[in-house]
Amino acid sequence: MSSNEMHVIVTLVEDRPGVLFKVTSLIRRRNFNIATITVGSTEHEGISRMTFTIYGQEDELRQVVYQLDKLVEVISIVAMKPEEMVIRELALVKIMMPNNGLQTEVMEMVNRYRGHVVDMTPRTITVELVETPERIDSFIREIGKINIIEIARTGITAVVKGADPTIKEVGVNG
Amino acid sequence: MKMSGAKAFIEALKRENVKLIFGLPGGAILPVYDVLYNDNSIRHVLARHEQGAAHMADAYARVSGRVGVCMVTSGPGATNTVTGIAVAHMDSSPMVTITGQVATSMIGRDAFQEADIVGITTPITKETFQPRSAKEIPRTVKAAFYIASTGRPGPVLIDLPRDVQTEECEMEFPEKIELLGYRIKVEPDPLQVRRAVEALMNAEKPIIIAGGGVILSNASQELRALSEQLMIPVVTTLMGKGAMSENHPLCLGMIGMHGRYEANKLVTEADLILAVGTRFSDRSTGKFDEFAQNVKIIHVDIDPAEISKNVPAHIPLICDAKIGLTRLLEEAKKRMARRSNTKWARRVEEVKEEAKSVYDLEGDLKPGVLLKTLRKMLPEDSIVTTGVGQNQMWAALFFDVYHPRTFITSGGLGAMGFGFPAAVGAKAAAPSRIVVDVDGDGGFMMTSQELITSIAEEFPVISIILNNGWLGMVRQWQTLFYGKRYMATNLKGNPDFAKYAEVHGAQGFTVYSYEDFENAVKESLSCDVTSIIDVRISPDEKVFPFVPPGKSLKEVILHE
Repeated sequence: MSSNEMHVIVTLVEDRPGVLFKVTSLIRRRNFNIATITVGSTEHEGISRMTFTIYGQEDELRQVVYQLDKLVEVISIVAMKPEEMVIRELALVKIMMPNNGLQTEVMEMVNRYRGHVVDMTPRTITVELVETPERIDSFIREIGKINIIEIARTGITAVVKGADPTIKEVGVNG
Repeated sequence: MKMSGAKAFIEALKRENVKLIFGLPGGAILPVYDVLYNDNSIRHVLARHEQGAAHMADAYARVSGRVGVCMVTSGPGATNTVTGIAVAHMDSSPMVTITGQVATSMIGRDAFQEADIVGITTPITKETFQPRSAKEIPRTVKAAFYIASTGRPGPVLIDLPRDVQTEECEMEFPEKIELLGYRIKVEPDPLQVRRAVEALMNAEKPIIIAGGGVILSNASQELRALSEQLMIPVVTTLMGKGAMSENHPLCLGMIGMHGRYEANKLVTEADLILAVGTRFSDRSTGKFDEFAQNVKIIHVDIDPAEISKNVPAHIPLICDAKIGLTRLLEEAKKRMARRSNTKWARRVEEVKEEAKSVYDLEGDLKPGVLLKTLRKMLPEDSIVTTGVGQNQMWAALFFDVYHPRTFITSGGLGAMGFGFPAAVGAKAAAPSRIVVDVDGDGGFMMTSQELITSIAEEFPVISIILNNGWLGMVRQWQTLFYGKRYMATNLKGNPDFAKYAEVHGAQGFTVYSYEDFENAVKESLSCDVTSIIDVRISPDEKVFPFVPPGKSLKEVILHE
């Protein structure tokens, strides 16, 4: 396989103080190359979901999964390929509006990417995008660095495609 | 039942069958100490430094197979245990460290003697706990002991804020707890067992590497049985020393940077390695890329994260070592698999013969000779602890170990200062056996205040200081790799260790000859107080064989 393929790791973890610290401490100590982490609540009380993206080879991925799984607070963990999942990221992009009549072009682009304008001043707009990371990258490229005042991205969250949950049974690994 | 958090804590320790605590009190842990005042079912051993208490608890665990407990106060008390916890973590020793903490309302305000010990020790523990209310204490203790002692064992820390110790509430003590995110797989996959036995039978030159996991899971008998059934020679890692008796004809001793010649040689010649309970440390394998190339590797380990971490495994058996070896033996017997006088067995004998001339055992006060003499003078079941460096490697090379849990050393972390407090902890675990610390002058001085603990708490041990007046192993590297530029390795100013012993109430001996040595050991064995035997060896004594760092096991240096 190619050396830097993207993988998505989904974990269910205990929702208590210090868990995020334990996870990030492990990642730093073991020298893992994690691109994004997102944390949020789940359908189970007391259990949070962490989603990681990692670029690397299969054996690196294996180490990340097994080392994370060793943490007592990590209840379940699965690693998947991006094509198996529905993946979304939220981006807020603050854009300087051009004053040379190109405003319509900007708005068209926003619409094309299914963005919403969530804030506006006479000179700027803030656009909310919920998209795959690749689509967000491409939006940013199209708008052009010069016009962008600020970008805030959340990192991805993801669920497996199809009818089953990503992690089928809490406490058992997929 | 209504009681304070401190009382509940001690109650919970008793339910875990804790008989001994090594510790040193201070303000933030006083409520717990106060409960012990009127309770003599747990003995408290007062160490003179928290690092010592941690090493004692660790060694107690390694000798007894039960969880070792140390207890200290917040802030500096807690940070002083860090080296001890790191040692236990690297060597997978089941230990519970209890630290006092400032009151919950003060946490984060840089209060007096506040240290974020949970943050500090997270990377060097298996788990940490900080109960925020007294009610959590019984469950926390149960979980801590369960996690420390099961699966791949390791140190667990419980940080007890002061107000949680004094808070009163109704307590319930659970008999069992369930931890959703903590699962242990003890049975191997039967398919992999069959594949492994097939590979073992098809191999022409198989060898077993036994690591510390064999000792931790009490699998020595099973190891020996499998080795004998299939006539497979066994080498050990440093942590695995004692997993198989070193007077067994199939046991070739330790591999690695300072491994036995025959062990390293035969590992590099093998076509199949059955590795049990070892993490393939760089000190055991030499250069990873050149270790066991084109060799089939069967890796038995309870920690799935160890499979293919350092060395890729072809057949993984994720399971407890004892159960894994039992299943392999059953499968081998079922197939009536036996190997006998093959070419490989003859080669093993040949290399063993070759090895006899390799070791430096001629001349005055040779460490190898001293350790072989010591072996002859000690009962079989005696326990040896070591410092770190040359003394440790000489002990590993030349002191044959006949039983598991009788060779106690800081393998992974390599912490100087481990030897003496470890001897005290070992003696506490096995009061009727002889305990000897084989140490260096540098390491001994790092924790020598525990000499007082050994006298005051009546845990008599023998410390043999292989005294060359230098940081010997560092000097050896300076000699071989840094053009004899001996920067900061001369320990001039060392005390007279015999006198040092005497002022502490111990016996002291100074040794200049083999005869002195035998007399000193004899006298030490016949008396029931701690003794220090200061052996004045030459600073030019070196540890050979030596595989230089980053080199393959084949590139061994046998002498200067």
